[in-house]
Amino acid sequence: MNHLKAWLGIGLTAAVVAAAVAAPWLSPHDPLATDFAASLRPPGAPGHPLGTDQLGRDLLARVLHGARLALLIGVCTVVITAVGGGALGLVAGFVERWPAAVLMRLADVQLSFPFILLAMTINAIVGLGLRNIILSLSAAGWVVYARVVRGEVLSVKQRDFVQAAAALGMSRVRLLLRHVLPNVAPSVIVVASLQFSSFIVAEAAISFLGFGVQPPTPAWGSMLSEGRDFLYVAWWLAAFPGAALTLTALGVNLLGDWLRDTLDPKLRV
Amino acid sequence: MRAYLLSRLAQTVLVVFLSLSAVFVMVRLSGDPVLLFMPMDIQAKDVNEFRERLGFNDPLPLQYARFVGGAARGDFGESLRYRRDALDLVLGRLPATLLLAATSWLLTMGVAVPLGVLSAVHRNTLLDHAGTVATVLGQATPGFWLGLMLIYVFSVKLRWLPTGGTGTPAHLVMPSIVLAAFFAARIARLTRSAVLDVLNEEYILTARAKGLGEARVIGKHTLRNSAIPIVTLAGLEAGQILGGAVITETIFAWPGLGRLTVQALLNRDFPIVIAAVFVISVTYTLINLAIDFLYAWLDPRVRLRP
Repeated sequence: MNHLKAWLGIGLTAAVVAAAVAAPWLSPHDPLATDFAASLRPPGAPGHPLGTDQLGRDLLARVLHGARLALLIGVCTVVITAVGGGALGLVAGFVERWPAAVLMRLADVQLSFPFILLAMTINAIVGLGLRNIILSLSAAGWVVYARVVRGEVLSVKQRDFVQAAAALGMSRVRLLLRHVLPNVAPSVIVVASLQFSSFIVAEAAISFLGFGVQPPTPAWGSMLSEGRDFLYVAWWLAAFPGAALTLTALGVNLLGDWLRDTLDPKLRV
Repeated sequence: MRAYLLSRLAQTVLVVFLSLSAVFVMVRLSGDPVLLFMPMDIQAKDVNEFRERLGFNDPLPLQYARFVGGAARGDFGESLRYRRDALDLVLGRLPATLLLAATSWLLTMGVAVPLGVLSAVHRNTLLDHAGTVATVLGQATPGFWLGLMLIYVFSVKLRWLPTGGTGTPAHLVMPSIVLAAFFAARIARLTRSAVLDVLNEEYILTARAKGLGEARVIGKHTLRNSAIPIVTLAGLEAGQILGGAVITETIFAWPGLGRLTVQALLNRDFPIVIAAVFVISVTYTLINLAIDFLYAWLDPRVRLRP
């Protein structure tokens, strides 16, 4: 069962990445090209395997390009939060002076607020669009890394080899980079893989609610929000972008579970 | 116990104060709230008058002091759009959200915990595998998509349930299922692994060895001991359910706090946003305080210290 899950995760993730990379070549049409004469065609219509939307845009092209956007946002956010939050956690765990305590209290405050609502509020304030949604998700998401990394650093610091290196007179910066960082890295990778899908789902939810990425950019969330208005006449507009999002989240989640079981089975996030 | 309560109370006040300050700073950094709120075709004199009336022309420290003073008295100003007290508007929507959250929380617990226990007890059977598939799918499916698909099947096609709104128990069915699905999946997975951990303990072996029936071994010895991680996650999720309610309420036109907040954000009606932040962070900390007391009850070794 676990092997099956791991392979399914790897397969799905690889398929989504391949679809995203090859989107311009796989798409039968331009995702933004409207053709009002051919609007709201059902799936299976000639030339439009998944049908068309209310402006006659090809749904397959839009779903494929949506994968690019989702992965772009997911990767950027995960990298920013992992590096930023991880670095803060590393320093907070290593230094243990009052700024670290203040930082961790701030993290607690931030955690006492639902993630999606926080990201959405920040997004409403800093403004819409691709760059700002990445910023908002990162500002809301760094806390998890800071906490996990700080906890790991506090425990790694007590290990004999670190104590020994410190006793031998290794400088603190070198100690941090040579001995502590490599031992914390697996947790960061695991957290990142588990966070990835929550970031892309959150982005879709925020775009769905009218913030984040704006139409006509083919983002799954805003496509779902348009599809909602046409639910009575064109189920496919909501069904396919959501299915793509679900399959992506499924693949990445399974991959993340496998990474955790392999790298860091004790970690609880 | 009293010292513990007092220190937790002080922490709560600090947390709420910091969240409110953060929102205040972010709102002021983002630009002129009046210009953001006002429609494009407003005249300059109206903008200035509105600004003067709401005190946006004063220096920032003064505005902040006034904001903190008002917040301490539960006064967050009036909604820019509805011209009514922001906190009253938010509190008026709270019961609907609590009803939805409580229903889906009960649904989560009622489905997820038995499912997790059954999966653990019948490990590696068909039931366990089916449970795994269901939880993995439940965790991956975004609530807003599940909601739309349920509306399509049960409202548009079958016409069994209303698409949205409130009033009858039928209105509650789809929103609470959608809100529960994701959390139920997580709780079921955690329950399964927590129960499996406990089943390996020696006291379970002892309980079986002394001839206790399986129902008693599971019901009494296993469940109570595996409850701590489940309760922890359930408490964390209770806060996230409030966040999930934002989306669910919007899809099903449920007149709750979440939908009000989304609309206030879309309208740049910041007094409502700030009042909502206040209510949500207070609710969340109260839930977590309750969880701490539950720990002490579940595990008498836990001591509540400040």
